[in-house]
Amino acid sequence: MADSLIEMTAAELARKVNAREHSAREIIDATFEHVRRADGEIGAFLMLTEELAREHAERVDARVKAGERLPLAGVPVAVKDNMCLRGTRTTCGSKILGDWSAPYTATAVQRILDAGAIPIGKTNLDEFAMGSSCENSALGVTRNPYDAQRVPGGSSGGSAAAVAGYESTIGLGSDTGGSIREPAAFCNIVGFKPTYGRVSRYGLIAFASSLDQIGPLTRTVEDAALAYDAFAGHDPMDATSVDVPHENTASSLREDLKGLRVGIVKEYQAKSLGSAIDSVYAQAYADLERLGAEIVEIGLPTADYGIATYYLIAPAECSSNLARFDGVRYGLRVEGNDMTETYDRTRAAGFGPEVKRRILIGTHALSSGYYDAYYLKAQKARTKIAADFENAFGACDVIASPAAAAPAFRLGAKSDPISMYLMDYYTIPVSLAGLPSVSVPCGWARPDDGDAEMPLGLQLTAPLFGETLLLGAAHAYERATLHAKKHSPRIGVRA
Amino acid sequence: MAIASDKILKYEPVIGLECHVELKTVSKMFCGCKNEFGGEPNTRVCPVCLGLPGALPVPNKKAIELTIKAGLAFGCDIPQFSKFDRKNYFYPDMPKDYQISQYDMPLCKGGNVLFWLENDERRHCRLNRIHLEEDTGKSTHAGSADGRLSGSSYSLVDFNRAGVPLMECVSEPDLRSAEEAVGYLEALKRTFVQLGISDVKMEEGSLRCDANVSLRPVGSTELGTKTEIKNMNSFRSVRLAIEKEIERQRGILESGGRVIQETRGWDESAGDTHSQRSKEEAHDYRYFPDPDLSPLEFSPGWIDGIKKSLPATPYSKYAHYVDDLKMPSRRAAQLVDAPYLSDLFDIVTTRHDNPPQPISFMNFLLGDVAQKMNELGLSGPPEGVSSLWSVPASGAAFVNLLDNGTITSKAAKDLFPRVWSGEVLTVDVIEAEGLGQVSNRDEIKRFVDDVIANNADTVAEIRKGKDRALQFLLGQVMKASRGKANPAMVSELLREAIGSG
Repeated sequence: MADSLIEMTAAELARKVNAREHSAREIIDATFEHVRRADGEIGAFLMLTEELAREHAERVDARVKAGERLPLAGVPVAVKDNMCLRGTRTTCGSKILGDWSAPYTATAVQRILDAGAIPIGKTNLDEFAMGSSCENSALGVTRNPYDAQRVPGGSSGGSAAAVAGYESTIGLGSDTGGSIREPAAFCNIVGFKPTYGRVSRYGLIAFASSLDQIGPLTRTVEDAALAYDAFAGHDPMDATSVDVPHENTASSLREDLKGLRVGIVKEYQAKSLGSAIDSVYAQAYADLERLGAEIVEIGLPTADYGIATYYLIAPAECSSNLARFDGVRYGLRVEGNDMTETYDRTRAAGFGPEVKRRILIGTHALSSGYYDAYYLKAQKARTKIAADFENAFGACDVIASPAAAAPAFRLGAKSDPISMYLMDYYTIPVSLAGLPSVSVPCGWARPDDGDAEMPLGLQLTAPLFGETLLLGAAHAYERATLHAKKHSPRIGVRA
Repeated sequence: MAIASDKILKYEPVIGLECHVELKTVSKMFCGCKNEFGGEPNTRVCPVCLGLPGALPVPNKKAIELTIKAGLAFGCDIPQFSKFDRKNYFYPDMPKDYQISQYDMPLCKGGNVLFWLENDERRHCRLNRIHLEEDTGKSTHAGSADGRLSGSSYSLVDFNRAGVPLMECVSEPDLRSAEEAVGYLEALKRTFVQLGISDVKMEEGSLRCDANVSLRPVGSTELGTKTEIKNMNSFRSVRLAIEKEIERQRGILESGGRVIQETRGWDESAGDTHSQRSKEEAHDYRYFPDPDLSPLEFSPGWIDGIKKSLPATPYSKYAHYVDDLKMPSRRAAQLVDAPYLSDLFDIVTTRHDNPPQPISFMNFLLGDVAQKMNELGLSGPPEGVSSLWSVPASGAAFVNLLDNGTITSKAAKDLFPRVWSGEVLTVDVIEAEGLGQVSNRDEIKRFVDDVIANNADTVAEIRKGKDRALQFLLGQVMKASRGKANPAMVSELLREAIGSG
């Protein structure tokens, strides 16, 4: 019974709770029973919010009993620990926030809770969402449920692992350069980054404000659509949240791709990710065609500048965003002899090496004398990259590509930062253009350094505000292929 | 041994002012917290103005509008596009360790501030720009003798002020004396008060002013090395600090020395400036566009609408009063500085069919009306009262009663509270109540005769030449007539009766 509840999709759970076949309380009992058994090995959570979860479950059951129908009634949600949830400790995977407890709740989190979801805990991440493996967390190790020796991806690795390991049904993640899509690909789940501005960032602790976007990590596209529908839409608390009418995506999912033009990127095709991986993607594109899509070749000539561009803009913004962690008002404080020394000591002790590296890069890129050569030039490159996409969408409706440059790698395998940055080669240009993009499981390949097959993700990208089209296409592909079902996680479930 | 006087260099001061003005909006610049002076420390705060992790700014449209209003009042160019930038530096009273400000695309560019000096000389000072930013919190340093940071054992921060909309007006270095600097500040203050942009109270910090001061040889077009003077908390201290700094720099230059570029603080109690920091420690603020705030775009129609809603500027009013209406310059300035009375004056004198004589109307407004308003602590019309103010014709009618001799000024003073409370006084009302001025010779003669008969001693003194005592008798007659006797006629009849010519 417990296993079947934790394995159900959000759509199924909500249906059953609304029909009063199961209570939110039963689901939460089953969930925590499983989490207690599995999370010691997976390490997805930094904190469990069991008491809060039970309060919410009680409230949801009461609302349902009173006749309400909630789209996510009783569905467990794991919240990445860079989102505020009133009264709970929020760490960003960093030591610098200390025991800081958020005095308010992020808009997206509030909205998903209002839709009936139950907050079960806060998940691990690369410190301040800076990383692609979760290894930059200062607070714990998260393992890939499909191979405990491998990373879950990052930065939303905790939420991805929790969902992949059936510890939660929905994971909330944030994506700045691939932080939802890459861990989704690594963990054999769906990871969806909406258009920049679709989801309020209020209460999401900023890494790079012009790129950060909240999105769901789920085991099915339908669940991603349900979660997205719950929290998308304009928020007066976020001046960058757009006031564009939001369509219900979950009710417009499709089963085929007839009439859809899918763009395959010429420049990406010229690169090999190794024959095993290449053939998975070749098969994926063939499957899209089989479902009725017309495959067209498109060009993204400036996409190759994506990483260089991103690693100027994102650090520049983060150098400013993270200035507030200074030991004066909240979080860690390491006293010095004067104010400046207190700043220095606090930040030296509180931030990890990758965060410091990015603050330094960003500070330099904004310095007088370097601004034009770095920050300004990067902004111009960003405009060109976005223009490339816009141009490409003249010839196609959706662009298909790999989600990550490789399957999940072993813990500790990427010691130099550049090789880590390269994991996000395919996700970063999309982020710079602000486009909606989803990673869907698309097959399995044996990594160079291992015997067991690991999952791969297909990245589908749509024009700005094309979420309905995008999720519809991803749903048709998922239903026709069912790649995710080929293997079960090795840890977490039915150990 | 006479040194030719043209060998001695004469120096002229070159002064520019940077003014920070807190805007009078209901809420703060980027959040919904109340924008009010004072309050228990850290009670007007929220996640946004405290810079808590995850909080985001949303711009206050009213603040943007007020800044553009200020710019239009000074003839600034209002670009169609603008944006907010982050100014990055660490300071404990700055919640995010960056300030949201404007760098290269301010709301207002250029412009010109016209002003006058006490002796009615007219001046102008070009503006460089006006931009909008957020205020910081306020630090209090405890444990040191003088409340300064150095030597203090701990500091407290109050964030009530953090996030209050702050408008920065940067002038060009066009000012040539401390007096001009104060004249310029007064012009800013008048305009901002008139437009409801700010309270402009230096003592409450809603106006803060830094002065850049340098000296150069008369006739030179190059700028000398400047110092920046801070911490002045009244117009008086601005004047004193600039005078002191000019004197200091002149002393250095005349003895062959070199002025060092630095920031100097005005010490009110010492009446002098002292060095705070040299320019070598200048910050690199790493300005960049705030990614949390979209660029601003204004429709020309919206800006035109604001422009059309602007009233005549204080300077143009002043010039009109002095140049066209021949008011004494001090009275003209007084009237301009009472915006409500000045508006009333303008309406009555320009729109009314039978306008009162301007000078007597001005005297009435600055006299009786101002006094009444003072008593009641008002700066505008009292609540619920409208007649004099919303129908200026009735106010004008009242002044006309005074002007054409229907009532005496003494009676006007007594009648004014009734006008104030909304009553329309016409000639008929005055006559019906017997309040009109008495100009009937026989009637007045009776009062005069009575007074002379009852004050024989005084009459004797007058006859001996003590002419001033006549005023006493005049007062007695006025009292007897309950203020209604025509004073000129009383005086004439008294002199006739006493025979003192």
